[in-house]
Amino acid sequence: MLAHSIIFYFFSFITIASSLMVISSKNTVHAVFFLILDFVSISSLFIMLGAEFLGMLTLIVYVGAVAVLFLFVVMMINVNFSELKSGFLEYIPFGLVIGLVILLELGMMIATWKYKPDFVASNSIVNKTVTNTESLGLVIYTDYIFFFQLSGFILLVAMIGAIVLTFRRKESLRRQDITTQVSRERADSVELIEVKQSEGVKIND
Amino acid sequence: MIEIGLTHYLFLASIIFTIGVIGIFLNRKNVIVILMSVELILIAVNINLVSFSVYLNDIVGQVFTLFVLTVAAAEAAIGLAILVVFFRNKGSIHVDDINSLKG
Repeated sequence: MLAHSIIFYFFSFITIASSLMVISSKNTVHAVFFLILDFVSISSLFIMLGAEFLGMLTLIVYVGAVAVLFLFVVMMINVNFSELKSGFLEYIPFGLVIGLVILLELGMMIATWKYKPDFVASNSIVNKTVTNTESLGLVIYTDYIFFFQLSGFILLVAMIGAIVLTFRRKESLRRQDITTQVSRERADSVELIEVKQSEGVKIND
Repeated sequence: MIEIGLTHYLFLASIIFTIGVIGIFLNRKNVIVILMSVELILIAVNINLVSFSVYLNDIVGQVFTLFVLTVAAAEAAIGLAILVVFFRNKGSIHVDDINSLKG
């Protein structure tokens, strides 16, 4: 039990410290790396909770897809990021006041929440006969199939949107135009002419 | 304090949520950090959902986390695509310039 709580505090300390570094680091590339550290420690926390499928999914989706996407974009656009940092100090009092108020509200809500008597102690998901992945699969493909399909559709729409937004047609490139290629007639390109003896042919243009 | 319960996870999630909100306020000029702060907020919500799901012994919270994860990935992709197009047209990613996006 002691080891469990020590590991929890370790991971949550890393999570909080790296998310603080995400919002405050000068170099945006470093911020992306701290975001990756954040996601890794949060997925470890998910695994500690007993939601190992979601932990692995967080690792794959967030670290493997989202953070790498961020990294690509940061490296692709050539901006002076330190210049964007100006005005950082000027917003600190305002941001801290808003943040403290939000944290106070959330803390009050969590601390004064009345749990059901059997609520906190009922951490029996660990010693179940069905694994986490299996119990998730039993629910997703039956009760929540509509939402599952809908989330796939959301991903499809996002993919099409991203491609359409960033697609750029270059005018300088020569492309194959199949319609004109197929609809060419013989008369457009070939001509038969009578050639007189030893006079040659004059080709117009 | 030693026994880790639901309250610990809820406090952790609320701290990360608050850090995300502060990050939006502090980095008013850098859109990429704002998008990363939105990701932080979404993952704080995910921690809430997963811990409630585990402590209530109900798998539906984890199903919902799956959908939040999907929406977060889609949102990041679309946001970064808009950012790339904006940078291509303007040559900068200043948030102050983005008000030209309105009609």
